[in-house]
Amino acid sequence: MSQPNRLGQGGRIDRAHTLTFTFNGKRFQGHAGDTLASALLANGVDIVNRSFKYSRPRGIVAAGAEEPNAVVQLGSTEAGQVPNVRATQQALFDGLEARSTNGWPNVQRDMMSLVGKLGGKFMPPGFYYKTFMAPASLWMTYEKFIRKGAGMGRSPAENDPDIYDHLHQHCDVLVVGAGPAGLAAALAAASGGARVILVDEQEEVGGSLLDTRETLDGKPAHQWVAEAQQELAGMDNVVLLPRTTANGYHDHNFVTLHERRTEHLGETAPLLDGRRQVRSRMHRVRAGRVVLATGTHERPLVYANNDVPGNLVAGAVSTYIRRYGVIPGRRLVLSTSNDHAYRAALDWHELGKASGREVVAIADARANPDGELVEQARALGIRIITGSAVIEARGDTRVSGARVAKVDLEGFRVVGEIETLACDTIASSGGYSPVIHLASHTGGRPTWRDDLLAFVPTLVKGVSAAGGAQGITATAEVLADGVAAGRQAASDAGFEAASVCLPQVAARRDGVACALYQVPHEKATLRAPKQFVDLQNDVTAAGIELATREGFESIEHVKRYTAMGFGTDQGKLGNINGMAVAARCLGKSIPEVGTTVFRPNYTPVTFGAIVGRHCGELFDPERHTALHQWHLEQGAEFEEVGQWKRPWYFPQVRPGAANSERESMAEAVARECLAVREAVGILDASTLGKIDIQGPDAREFLGRVYTNKWAKLAPGRVRYGLMCKDDGMVFDDGTTSCLGENHFLMTTTTGGAAGVLEWLELWHQTEWPELQVYFTSVTDHWATMTITGPEARKLLAELSDIDLDREAFTFMDWREGCVANVPARVFRISFTGELAYEINVQANYARHVWEALFAHGEKYGLTPYGTETMHVLRAEKGFIIAGQETDGSVTPEDLGMQWCVGYDKPFSWIGQRALTRPDTSRTDRKQLVGLKPRDPKVVLEEGAQIILDPNHAIPMPMVGHVTSSYYSPTLDSGFALAVVKGGQQKMGETVYLPMADGQTHEADIVSPIFIDPKGERQNV
Amino acid sequence: MSNVAIFDTRSEAKIPVESPLAYAYRRSGAPAPTTRSRATLRERPFLGHLILRGGAIVLDEAVREVLGVSLPGEPQGLVHDAEGERSLQWLSPDEWLVIVPGGEEFALENRLREALAGAHFAISNVSGGQTLIELEGEAARELLMKSVIYDVHPGHFPVGKGVTTVFAKTAVILRRPSESRWELVVRRSFADYTYRWLLDAGEEFGIGVAR
Amino acid sequence: MFHIYCPYCGELREEEEFHPRGQAHLARPADPEACTDEEWGDYLFFRDNPRGIHHELWVHSVGCRKFFNITRHTVSYEILETYKMGELPSFTAEHSRGNSTEAASRQAQVAQQAGVHV
Repeated sequence: MSQPNRLGQGGRIDRAHTLTFTFNGKRFQGHAGDTLASALLANGVDIVNRSFKYSRPRGIVAAGAEEPNAVVQLGSTEAGQVPNVRATQQALFDGLEARSTNGWPNVQRDMMSLVGKLGGKFMPPGFYYKTFMAPASLWMTYEKFIRKGAGMGRSPAENDPDIYDHLHQHCDVLVVGAGPAGLAAALAAASGGARVILVDEQEEVGGSLLDTRETLDGKPAHQWVAEAQQELAGMDNVVLLPRTTANGYHDHNFVTLHERRTEHLGETAPLLDGRRQVRSRMHRVRAGRVVLATGTHERPLVYANNDVPGNLVAGAVSTYIRRYGVIPGRRLVLSTSNDHAYRAALDWHELGKASGREVVAIADARANPDGELVEQARALGIRIITGSAVIEARGDTRVSGARVAKVDLEGFRVVGEIETLACDTIASSGGYSPVIHLASHTGGRPTWRDDLLAFVPTLVKGVSAAGGAQGITATAEVLADGVAAGRQAASDAGFEAASVCLPQVAARRDGVACALYQVPHEKATLRAPKQFVDLQNDVTAAGIELATREGFESIEHVKRYTAMGFGTDQGKLGNINGMAVAARCLGKSIPEVGTTVFRPNYTPVTFGAIVGRHCGELFDPERHTALHQWHLEQGAEFEEVGQWKRPWYFPQVRPGAANSERESMAEAVARECLAVREAVGILDASTLGKIDIQGPDAREFLGRVYTNKWAKLAPGRVRYGLMCKDDGMVFDDGTTSCLGENHFLMTTTTGGAAGVLEWLELWHQTEWPELQVYFTSVTDHWATMTITGPEARKLLAELSDIDLDREAFTFMDWREGCVANVPARVFRISFTGELAYEINVQANYARHVWEALFAHGEKYGLTPYGTETMHVLRAEKGFIIAGQETDGSVTPEDLGMQWCVGYDKPFSWIGQRALTRPDTSRTDRKQLVGLKPRDPKVVLEEGAQIILDPNHAIPMPMVGHVTSSYYSPTLDSGFALAVVKGGQQKMGETVYLPMADGQTHEADIVSPIFIDPKGERQNV
Repeated sequence: MSNVAIFDTRSEAKIPVESPLAYAYRRSGAPAPTTRSRATLRERPFLGHLILRGGAIVLDEAVREVLGVSLPGEPQGLVHDAEGERSLQWLSPDEWLVIVPGGEEFALENRLREALAGAHFAISNVSGGQTLIELEGEAARELLMKSVIYDVHPGHFPVGKGVTTVFAKTAVILRRPSESRWELVVRRSFADYTYRWLLDAGEEFGIGVAR
Repeated sequence: MFHIYCPYCGELREEEEFHPRGQAHLARPADPEACTDEEWGDYLFFRDNPRGIHHELWVHSVGCRKFFNITRHTVSYEILETYKMGELPSFTAEHSRGNSTEAASRQAQVAQQAGVHV
């Protein structure tokens, strides 16, 4: 297969190594070293996409990250789909499959292009806002069609087979960009021993040196690049990362790098050494100093039909010719405002002549260009039309001509004759914009420099810019600037840089550039053919002018109204031109108009790299108790409580059921509940937070953080406590045991453990450092097994040496002894209302003790139960769960727990003062009550709203909501806990709960204690 | 002094015990190290772990008397006794982690309490609540770079240093007792997650588990 | 992502190890019961939201578990100093460049230890 635009020699590709790829289903060939873009150009593919809004045909414009059009979808399989890949940044590999992102039914023949043909009058900026606003309900319908037409790439519908990860990097100096400035900076910074990371987004390091016409020390520039690279690779204090984009620059020199490790090798990562390798990696870098050597992006000129395939930025033409051996056309017209762009014409002429390529003319907007490159062009006999510019491209799917005219830049008008030159390629250059995106991420607003006709970055602490990134373009100066920046960065980080020997580069005399952004046309901007500013977002000069006429004067508003600089493009090519157009329309200067903010990411990052290994089974930590394996073996269903996996219920095989059918959740929970109420059940309560508290002031401290009194709790005794924040609202609860006069063991809710420990430390460290007390988490040290039910004592007696006599070991006592030959602390506390013992043993023994209990427990009907049964049993007793009955707006009094409040404690404990605020002492606050549905089969919905009058007109005044609701097998009825305004005074009243399905349930307000109100069962 | 309840949670009886990684081994297996393993992992289960709280000066005297080593008073300090069997690590200005051979911790607690009589301090036995994982091999450091946010470059993390830091989505105590070895002190409930993470991240290094 | 110098660990550490706990230097009234409702409400609910220098309480939760204070610029996000509980800031709205030679010398010391971000 022929590659009509491939030069016979030159470039950094391997002609001996041919690769086959497909684009939009058609097979092509390229070479190793190609990008997808260079291979497409080599094959003469003009149209790579349809434009976003107007569906106009679009071709490749640039050669790097700034490419706005050639954004393609990769992937030969569903799982391998990758959207939003710039063809200019995708290395070619054998078998690569790519397609256009936009275009329906295809890019060659696009239905939507009708819209584009009809012109901007039908789709002005704000078109969608204006056209599809009404009726609002139809927007969803419109959107589907608009999206289908627009095309945005798509994510894969199947799991990605590849793996990704993160690497936490730390360095003294991070250098972004490995062109001449970056290489020099890295060499300088590393010479003194600093830890240096050098990254470059391209396949090869070297940047502009890979396609320059200049020589270094009389040798081709890429030779020096190779030497520098080799030197850096030999230093163990340097990490060199090619194919790595610095995408986000965050606070305090935290930079995220996206390294594409295998994207150049194939669609999925090949095995390495027989093992899977990481496809792409996110480096999370904390750098002492950052040197931004990000170079420049060339600005194209804005002229009519400048989006027709065959319009390129001038530098890209040189890059394709010199780096890839690809000449993207036959007859070139160059339109420029500066000397540097002459390279394109010189390269085209010198390297293309042999294959019949021709430079038709150079239109230079300056009256008297006289730099060295201009002289060279003249000497070669290239026609230079001074004081002129390309005002309009001719052609439909490929440039067929250029209309060139003299332009009056001051007056923004065309003067004199318009000449039409036949050509198929127009290269343009309006100057060079430092790549300031990363610097902008840090919040620094860029500064306009009239001498450079560009914004330069405003730098925050710890960062510097070198070379093109701060407007320095002559190679010798760039290299020297890189060394200076690297040396300074190393020095700031505490390292003395050694001297770096720089290569000799001949100085070049360049003429002064002129300021040209939008080229005038013989018609006014609003009537001229479209002059594109932002090719990716289809923003035209007319669109910006219209926006300013409609009153959008702030550049930030213009951006949002027109979409300029949106999306994956982030304004790389178009932003400065857009500001220049806005400035012209508003009669202001560019710095007066200002710039918009560039945001991370600089180029798109795959979700895989963002997620790294935090996916699948490693998405979030799963915390397990020491008994987890046993629960699994018993077929438990699990509930997530915070990060813990807790057994939810233990469904058993139905007695006599065929094919081992297991109980439903309701059946299992009912069985577990009755086992506890009638025999004995066992719960793995190891997840409760446990805090060891020691010190002479431990007791005083407890009195300040709990609502109730702790002064007289004797060793051997346990007390329940409520914790409030200083606003008087309950936030956690639990029991605390007095282990010794100065020693307590506090338990917290499962989810509240870390928060309570931090809370205790907060008060100790910030308010009461004089109190002598220490807190240490011992949650994981203990396994906690609760046996509860009428048979609990008999069971425990078989395994323990502790005196379990009801007088010797009373309710709310704790004792130590042995259980199943393991040292244990046993707490006689109850969350079920039944006789209960909480057995604590060192977690390494948990399984042994648990199994011993079962060995002895079978005859008592010992039944494992999970969190659901625990919830039902505690709710039957009216015991709250912090975070379920409470939500940060509930006081102890709202819960009816005045018995747990020490109003007369000497120290004003946390929350006390707030309880007498007018709001907390209102009598119509929502208060905890029980609800008994009139229909016992009804289990109310948790969260259901409560009303008093079902016939009230909507909106009905809501007086509360259900906090907990279950079916009680003991009551054989549904029941609920709820908070109701003034509920404690409404006992016996009927309330109503309207449901989403139109039903309204009736329920009676009752005491929240449904079973054993006197608490006799736990005291047996 | 009976103001604090001390309690030996270790049983003298011969009964089965399960280390914090017992479940992880069952769930994920334990690939044996091979000659190609560039990282190996080994649990050191059932050691004695004590948390020591108090003022550095007071504690230092007692620790020297009882263990014969100085308390590491500087942040991130980690010291070992002459045999390398017992270690003391700075966790915060008033908190140290003591790790000793399993079975020694209760006697140690008693001796420290005796030596500290009258001072304000606290000792908590957390032996059942955490375990120690050793990492060795040429890729151990890179494996850690994938896992912890702390800088593990030898220039920043020399031998004799230990920190509490973020490991994946949990926390870990990371220590460097020798040139070739790293140690992770992991909470029991997070041990399985940590283990699975290390196996996954270490796959490309052919990680093996020594048991 | 902040880089925070923990005054207790004596090192710069990653933000992921820390939790912010709101405005610093909020002393609980010594005798809450003697406060008027308005005074108590001020203590509970009212916080500063300055553009510029702000003093914040943070905790090194995955680390030494100690609380300490940060002086931070809310526009640039620059951390001007960190200091232990019980100490006073040297950077305030009135003294945005530090307020005393003592403060300056401490700042220099911190900077030296930190190595960067000065």
